[in-house]
Amino acid sequence: MEKTHYESVVVLTPVLSEKMLQDAVSSFEKLITENGGELIHKENWGLTKMAYPIQKKTTGFYQIFEFTAEADAQIVDKLELAYRRDEQVLRYLCIKLDKHAIKYNERRRNGEFKKAKIVDNTNAAPVAEAKVTPVTSEEEE
Amino acid sequence: MAKRQKYTRVPVIRPKKYCRFKKSGIKYIDYKNPDFLMAFINEQGKLLPRRITGTSLKYQRKVAVAVKRCRHIALLPYVADQMK
Repeated sequence: MEKTHYESVVVLTPVLSEKMLQDAVSSFEKLITENGGELIHKENWGLTKMAYPIQKKTTGFYQIFEFTAEADAQIVDKLELAYRRDEQVLRYLCIKLDKHAIKYNERRRNGEFKKAKIVDNTNAAPVAEAKVTPVTSEEEE
Repeated sequence: MAKRQKYTRVPVIRPKKYCRFKKSGIKYIDYKNPDFLMAFINEQGKLLPRRITGTSLKYQRKVAVAVKRCRHIALLPYVADQMK
């Protein structure tokens, strides 16, 4: 059966320590891989300023997962349930990617274009980003 | 008797609007890029109509979805006073 591409964005509370953040992220990763999903890409934006306060917090840790799974694996249901049960999650968004989105994400990952945009995101939280990026880039490889 | 002055309307020549997605071949609108989506909302954070941005209907729908997703993950505000 054809695999479906999904993308998931989670906003975690800014009060977490670095270790708690890593734990939370790895637990979601584990959930994806254990339910027959295949993690393609993950991205950490670090501490980013939000456009409006959520639960009286003005910043959040943004984490993005991109993964493939069988369409009938109910992986998204399980992931969303885990997000809802987790009190550290401020917001989440799971979407199915169409063919244009998959192509776009591939190009974005390769840094083929929109280089300036990624730099913009890092500028939003230079201190947190500097701490977090080396860790994630090592894990990606 | 003085003759009434005839009113003639002077046509204003504006450059024709075009859909920027069709022109530059963009097929997917990223909801994680609020800086780009700023071009399609007004300073209160509301979506701009097609007649102002010139976007085609197909891509206006995609812009609307992208802006709504972007608002949900708190990268764009639902309401704002002055954002530009």
